[in-house]
Amino acid sequence: MQALLRLSRQGGSLRQIQSSGLSVAFARAYASHELTVRDALNSALDEELARDDSVFVLGEEVGEYQGAYKITRGLLQKYGAERIRDTPITEAGFTGIATGAAMAGLRPVCEFMTFNFAMQAIDQIINSAAKTLYMSAGTIPVPIVFRGPNGAAAGVAAQHSQCYGAWYSHVPGLKVIAPYDAEDARGLLKASIRDPDPVVFLENEILYGQAFPVDDKVLDKDFVLPIGKCKIQKEGTDITLVGFGRCVGHNLKAAAELEKAGISAEVINVRSLKPLDRDTIVNSVKKTHRVLALEEGWPQCGFCAEIIAVVNEECFDDLDAPPERVTGAEVPMPYAANLEAAALPTPADVVKVAKRMLGK
Amino acid sequence: MRTLTHTLHSPAGCRNAHASHLQHPQSFHARRLNRAQRPASLQICCQAVATGTPPVKEGTSISNGAAKSKSKKISPEVATTLYRDMVLGREFEEMCAQMYYRGKMFGFVHLYSGQEAVSTGIIKAMRADDYICSTYRDHVHALSKGVPSRGIMAELFGKKTGICRGQGGSMHMFSKEHRMLGGFAFIGEGIPVGLGAAFRVKYQKDAVGDESADQVCASFFGDGTCNNGQFYECLNMASLYKLPCIFVVENNLWAIGMNHPRATGPSEGDTAPAIYKKGPAFGMPGVLVDGMDVLKVRQVAEEAVERARKGLGPTLIEAETYRFRGHSLADPDELRKKEEKAAWGARDPIPQFRKYALDEGLLTEQQIKDIDKDVQAEVEDAVQYADESPKPEKGQLLENVFADPKGFGIAANGSYRYQSPGFHSGNTAAID
Repeated sequence: MQALLRLSRQGGSLRQIQSSGLSVAFARAYASHELTVRDALNSALDEELARDDSVFVLGEEVGEYQGAYKITRGLLQKYGAERIRDTPITEAGFTGIATGAAMAGLRPVCEFMTFNFAMQAIDQIINSAAKTLYMSAGTIPVPIVFRGPNGAAAGVAAQHSQCYGAWYSHVPGLKVIAPYDAEDARGLLKASIRDPDPVVFLENEILYGQAFPVDDKVLDKDFVLPIGKCKIQKEGTDITLVGFGRCVGHNLKAAAELEKAGISAEVINVRSLKPLDRDTIVNSVKKTHRVLALEEGWPQCGFCAEIIAVVNEECFDDLDAPPERVTGAEVPMPYAANLEAAALPTPADVVKVAKRMLGK
Repeated sequence: MRTLTHTLHSPAGCRNAHASHLQHPQSFHARRLNRAQRPASLQICCQAVATGTPPVKEGTSISNGAAKSKSKKISPEVATTLYRDMVLGREFEEMCAQMYYRGKMFGFVHLYSGQEAVSTGIIKAMRADDYICSTYRDHVHALSKGVPSRGIMAELFGKKTGICRGQGGSMHMFSKEHRMLGGFAFIGEGIPVGLGAAFRVKYQKDAVGDESADQVCASFFGDGTCNNGQFYECLNMASLYKLPCIFVVENNLWAIGMNHPRATGPSEGDTAPAIYKKGPAFGMPGVLVDGMDVLKVRQVAEEAVERARKGLGPTLIEAETYRFRGHSLADPDELRKKEEKAAWGARDPIPQFRKYALDEGLLTEQQIKDIDKDVQAEVEDAVQYADESPKPEKGQLLENVFADPKGFGIAANGSYRYQSPGFHSGNTAAID
């Protein structure tokens, strides 16, 4: 990471990076100022491990295997087995250990191979991690990051394709982050590790390999994004499209399509589901007078339901059309590719509903 | 392990331990004298001890090959500490029952009466900077760890002066200062949390290089929990990572209304369940101890603590004990037989130890009277303090949800929601 700094501050060469021992793939990504979400997460972990020796990573296959999705690649070699801790396949056990370690003063990053498996540890996340600060009258904080891929991947069917955004957002005491691009992934993971509260960090498997352009400041080792702020990913005037994670990409695609029909859509990246930035959402809706929320999760009591409630509470009189939502179908994820596609929202769905809302 | 196996089957410890300072009715017959592999002499021992329930089986030592037949001598100071702590635990809990029935406390209140030798025996063998982790039956563990009785009673009364400002309650006692990490209401939930504290100690030593890090964590839980997956997950990881922790099973024979042998199967070759035998299966000593005998408990605790502190890893202690009251104060306690309760009542750890301390000249009658009086005064003072303490203010409602109050998000006006007037009194913005 020192090499990375040199590069970002002094416009250093590819060779400088390679000589530091960073992988070639990293170097290539940094040199072209494009960064995959995977490398963004990896570099964020790396820098926070270097910055604070109370930070450690634990989970299944995080060490010798280098991460089931290679997010922890190279970290075992750099920080050793004490700090990059391979665990048995025991979510309840290792999540509880991470929680106890946080209560005793460490800053664990607890990786779930996928958030589907975190179901086996939801008691530790909600009852132990989220509630302890309150139960202890503010004396025992639990600074911990629960991270891993969330939501639908591809072809992995019912038990491996589920979005937990709404589930964890429901819980007082938890913060829930969902990065979309490399900037989000780097800035928010670093912020989450430094945060004093338990953070559920919902990544997306399909985005891991996607590269995004990043500027120098994103590569700085002190780059952090504020938790709790939305980002206006694209400005527009006619309708506000709200989403998180992979859905931000869908909304951007939809916005590009709507542009062709003469509709200017504003795209809000809700990179922090909780705390929620009502201000950015409400101000956008006050400008566009229409809001369409999108999520891959199921509709009832979901993320979209919350966004629509916020808009109704805060700026109902500014609306020129009923708020609408596009969500995943209310069904366990089917295996067959055509059924799976039918169960998930697409940019085309967003375009269709947005046009209807605008009477076009 | 070989050492352990040897000591576990040594009969001498048991017989002498009970003969030395216990007095039990001889008329009761052990129900389970046919336990596999039990030496004849041990059966005799059990007959003497057994009281209509699964008898205390084997006294043992984890540190060397010979079962220690007699408890290590203790000083008068230690005797005072142990006696006072047990009496405080009992008096406190009995007062809780009174206060519960008078409506001063509410919800689920699980009392510890009868099990004091375990809390006192284990925790008083630990240091102030060691950690403990408990269950919903946690008042007495907190007391033994040094949490003031006033703060605990006030917490039970739901008062602002409670150790958790009335935000935790009976089942959620936390004290950062006393390294008491809860207070967990779910079966098994506290086991990995305690392990996490032990993990931190080892991490400080191995990853951070702090050679002085030698604290130990004891996690307390019951026989019912030992059928829960987290118990096994944690036995494995504690052993795998050689964590400085002690698993303390308080086997009081009843998981609410489920009798232990109805819930737990025996090990191969046995006819009755034996939780301590799961220790060696996971690579750690498993120790069975008479949980009604504070000195026996203290002895195995000292050895387990020493083992953990030296970096030799975890120990599983099964303490056979009995709760003198129902599962909680809401439990009608209809399933446990009168004879069973009476028999275990006769093994009450407090009179047992009182007699021992007198016989050994560790405490005088007068000193015991003084301690009893002192404890009663402390508990009465705790009640008065709790009763006179103010209730939490409404403005406290939403405090402590996040360490960083920005966690409540940004309001439509661009300010943080927690900055709105009256926010911490409740989320009334939409109502007012």
